[in-house]
Amino acid sequence: MQYSWDLLIYFKPSLTGEGYYWELILQGLGRTIVLSLLSWVLALGLGTALGIARTLPLPALSVPAAVFVHCFRNTPLLVQVFLWFYVVPELLPSEWGTAIKRMDPTSGQFLTVLVALTLYTAAKAAEVIRSGIQAVSRGQKQAASALGLTELHAYRHVILPQAFRIVMPPLTSDFLNVFKNSSVALTIGFMELTGQTRQIGDFSSQPFEAYIAATLIYTLITLSVIAFMRRIEKSTQVPGYWGV
Amino acid sequence: MSYSFDWGTLVRGWPLILDGMAMTALLVGVGMVLGIALGIVLALARLFGPRWLSLAAGFYVNLFRAIPLILTIFWFFFLVPFVLRAVTGNPYAGVGPVYAALSAFVLAEAAYYCEIVRAGISSVRIGQMQAATALGLTQWQALRYVILPQAFRNMTPSLINQTIALLKDTSLVYVISLNDFLGAATKVAHRDGTLVEMYLFVAVAYLALCSTGVGLVNILKRKQAPS
Repeated sequence: MQYSWDLLIYFKPSLTGEGYYWELILQGLGRTIVLSLLSWVLALGLGTALGIARTLPLPALSVPAAVFVHCFRNTPLLVQVFLWFYVVPELLPSEWGTAIKRMDPTSGQFLTVLVALTLYTAAKAAEVIRSGIQAVSRGQKQAASALGLTELHAYRHVILPQAFRIVMPPLTSDFLNVFKNSSVALTIGFMELTGQTRQIGDFSSQPFEAYIAATLIYTLITLSVIAFMRRIEKSTQVPGYWGV
Repeated sequence: MSYSFDWGTLVRGWPLILDGMAMTALLVGVGMVLGIALGIVLALARLFGPRWLSLAAGFYVNLFRAIPLILTIFWFFFLVPFVLRAVTGNPYAGVGPVYAALSAFVLAEAAYYCEIVRAGISSVRIGQMQAATALGLTQWQALRYVILPQAFRNMTPSLINQTIALLKDTSLVYVISLNDFLGAATKVAHRDGTLVEMYLFVAVAYLALCSTGVGLVNILKRKQAPS
């Protein structure tokens, strides 16, 4: 059997009548980007809070944060997506469950993956932030309190600014992971870039063109994020720290 | 909460679930052993190979680390059969989900293991290599008897962590309907109408397995920490 290449396939209309194939790819890419960026922002906020909580000498905060981080880091993301999609609506009070099931399917899928991806990523980010906080030398905190700064002010003005700069490289790789992990959305029917690619491959019978386009897009985005972050890392590097 | 649990589904589905666990174990086992082997080869190529080989290995590693694992699995499941048919001339050549998943995991994990091995080797001070060659060892002997034993000690925790990640990633074979642990549990869940029970059980089982691995890493790290 001979595979017949058709490099103009991107400019042909889809069999499903949803538009040209390039429009479908762009639509998938747009969903991937919105989903990843939104989860990343939320996860960074939540992860920072959790990471700080884990370094505090208050067991009432640090123990629940540790349990949360451990559970969400050590189950597969796909299983977490299924828990949010199939299990949680059944366990909520029945009016809530029904309300969720009546939602518009695409927004329902989007919100489910957003929640799952955010919490999974937040748990990873929390570990990174915690290691950054612990990498800032103890003397800094003692010096801050000797100068009369409260715990809050010491974190806000002395420890966190340095911690963030130290953990910039691992945070970059966490961000790239969110971007790749967002492809699990296709398992519950949310058509992001990978899902859209599979669909195009199926319908157009030109799978090679579809998968090559997706591979190039993912690679290009990854490389540009890395190049961009290298420049930021260079200018924000804390002298004397190797990073963690 | 109006849901009534039916945990009997675990007993009724147990044989299927066991088969699924065996498949997951196969994927993790093969992915780990061949992935680490290929990862070591790639790392040595990147660090000590001639320029063209080192660049090629770097390209390989960056490519596989840039694309989602699901996309890699799709490549092997949907596209490699075409390549095989073209190469072998057999119009019915196929890969099948098991081999597609195995190849995807071995090749993709090798890229991740490579970076760990590379960091491990780089963590051994450069003076060690110089001392070994000064004593008359060839570069290969120095690697084999001086550098790699120390490098492996340093990187064991990271290798275990990556294997935990591999265990979690194997659940992605769901996308090509392979019956791994998650796939088998999904089948039983649909048969018995017990999605809630099954997915809760699956989550707890993965959590227990990964926690064991994390515990192992912590013990190793404590042993290695300079006291």
